[in-house]
Amino acid sequence: MNDPSHAHKCDHLIATISEYVDGSLSPQLCAELEKHLRECENCTVVVDTLRKTISLVQTCAEDDCLPGEVRARLFHTLDLDDFVKNDAMV
Amino acid sequence: MAEPEKQPISIEALKRGDRSEFARMVDAYSLHIYRLAMRMLSNPQEAEDVLQETFLKALRALPNFEGRSSLSTWLYRIAVNEALMVIRKRKPELSLSRPAEDGEEDDNGEEMQIVDWGHMPESELLSLEARRNIDQAVEKLPETLRVVFLLRDVEGLSIEETADSLGISQAAVKTRLLRARLRLRDELSNYYRERMKES
Ligand SMILES: [Zn+2]
Repeated sequence: MNDPSHAHKCDHLIATISEYVDGSLSPQLCAELEKHLRECENCTVVVDTLRKTISLVQTCAEDDCLPGEVRARLFHTLDLDDFVKNDAMV
Repeated sequence: MAEPEKQPISIEALKRGDRSEFARMVDAYSLHIYRLAMRMLSNPQEAEDVLQETFLKALRALPNFEGRSSLSTWLYRIAVNEALMVIRKRKPELSLSRPAEDGEEDDNGEEMQIVDWGHMPESELLSLEARRNIDQAVEKLPETLRVVFLLRDVEGLSIEETADSLGISQAAVKTRLLRARLRLRDELSNYYRERMKES
């Protein structure tokens, strides 16, 4: 990272890593980034931990639930009390 | 959110005013809408208000639903607008269409965190305390970044659907998504670096 031109390259490529982890980066930029990743440990860490960050947030969000009383009040507000027992909870 | 697997919700039936079909739609999407509202507002009462208001508005607007976007994108759009109205009461200056919101500018000058914490065991990455930290990191994002992140990465909408739900360009979605993800990564890196030192 001490070589300024190298650091510049890192800054420039960071803008592409979000699309890279989504698999939507253009083939040309993808090849350029992967070539850089083979030589640059720092950027490799950034890409790995970015992927991990997204998956950790997703894991936490999967545990969110709709409390039963919130569902019951929602059905009541919508005048759907007749259907509140149909337990189609996800 | 994935469209429900069993029987897809029938738009025809919804438009006819079929209440049982409407109840099915509520059950298919309410968790997603509530989760989005909770993570946008961090307040259970306000999130519940947004949840109720979203389906009340949907019920009223169904006759005019044209099906140009999917049902889920349409519901998210209503919910996002409701949540933003709540936030605007707290922060009147908030606007989604403005190019750069306060605190949304590039974080140039800040050192990126280079800590290789990705290989820590799951039990540590997802300890109770770590989960709280993850939730707080999402809460700390500016609203304009947070809503993009939630729709794309938590609810799983495509870039196009996210743009459609928010009424902003796909380019703006991509830029905000990048910033949101990098900020979260930095926050998590700060946290896990300390945990690595301890072990
Ligand atoms: Zn690099």
